[in-house]
Amino acid sequence: MSEEKNTHVVSSQLNILIWLDLLIFTLITVEVAQFDFMALTVIMALLIATTKSFFVGSYFMHLKFENVLLRWLVIGVICLFVAVLILLFSDYLF
Amino acid sequence: MSSEAGTHDQLFHRDDYAKKMGMWLFLFTEVLLFGGLFIVYAVYRFKNHEAFHEGSEELSTLIGTINTVFLLTSSLTVALAITAIQKGRSKRAINLIMVTLVLAFAFLVNKYFEWNVKFEHGLFPGMEHYKMLSNGEAQFFNLYFLMTGLHGIHVIVGGILLLIIAEGIKRGNINQGNYIYLENAGLYWHLVDVIWIYLFPLFYLIT
Repeated sequence: MSEEKNTHVVSSQLNILIWLDLLIFTLITVEVAQFDFMALTVIMALLIATTKSFFVGSYFMHLKFENVLLRWLVIGVICLFVAVLILLFSDYLF
Repeated sequence: MSSEAGTHDQLFHRDDYAKKMGMWLFLFTEVLLFGGLFIVYAVYRFKNHEAFHEGSEELSTLIGTINTVFLLTSSLTVALAITAIQKGRSKRAINLIMVTLVLAFAFLVNKYFEWNVKFEHGLFPGMEHYKMLSNGEAQFFNLYFLMTGLHGIHVIVGGILLLIIAEGIKRGNINQGNYIYLENAGLYWHLVDVIWIYLFPLFYLIT
């Protein structure tokens, strides 16, 4: 177990490609924020931020190559947070 | 468990998977810590839409964008350092960690100047100008200082961790066969990056 780890080496090229994606999304989010889409502005910014986080999580944090248990734990925590957010705003919105 | 049974391995059983799982469990608590603050932000923003608009006008999009690029690039260099050590290139890994530290320092210097301007304008909670702000704007700056400050502390802690790990690589304790500590410090660093990915649009971009 100690030696036989399931190591997955993410190549430097792939890492750099992900970094370029992240920079492009940063540029997009800055540009998009110049326009006023009313309520959509926040949603748009959060969607782009979530896309960026997905890239960081999947490749930089190696989640794409981790085992099922760890991936589901991460998904579980995200679901917990979203659930709290929805429950809270169900109070404020209505 | 240890199939390749050297006596050394039998005496000191190493479980990298458990170490990584432990790190992730810690990261979950971090997510919920910042998550709580994001929820506070969401509610205050919802209740004081105009004031938050005024507040974020005070922040420089340019400085925020530059800091975002610094942090994203530092995440890349940490990821590259892990790839390097997996391939047994320790020296390259150390150099990449050093680049990460330089970027982290640049981020903090930027932050220092940014905060300094706010201090000069008296916008820190308790200062002259701050006391004259509307409730909503005061909440905006309160959260701005709290969240970017807490994030800044995380950048400092991550930097110290990476420095210790660079020393470990230099001494040979962390190497191609045993690099879980670098991986875990990397996970922490990437989480700090992810938190900034959300802080940036919420404070600097959405007006």
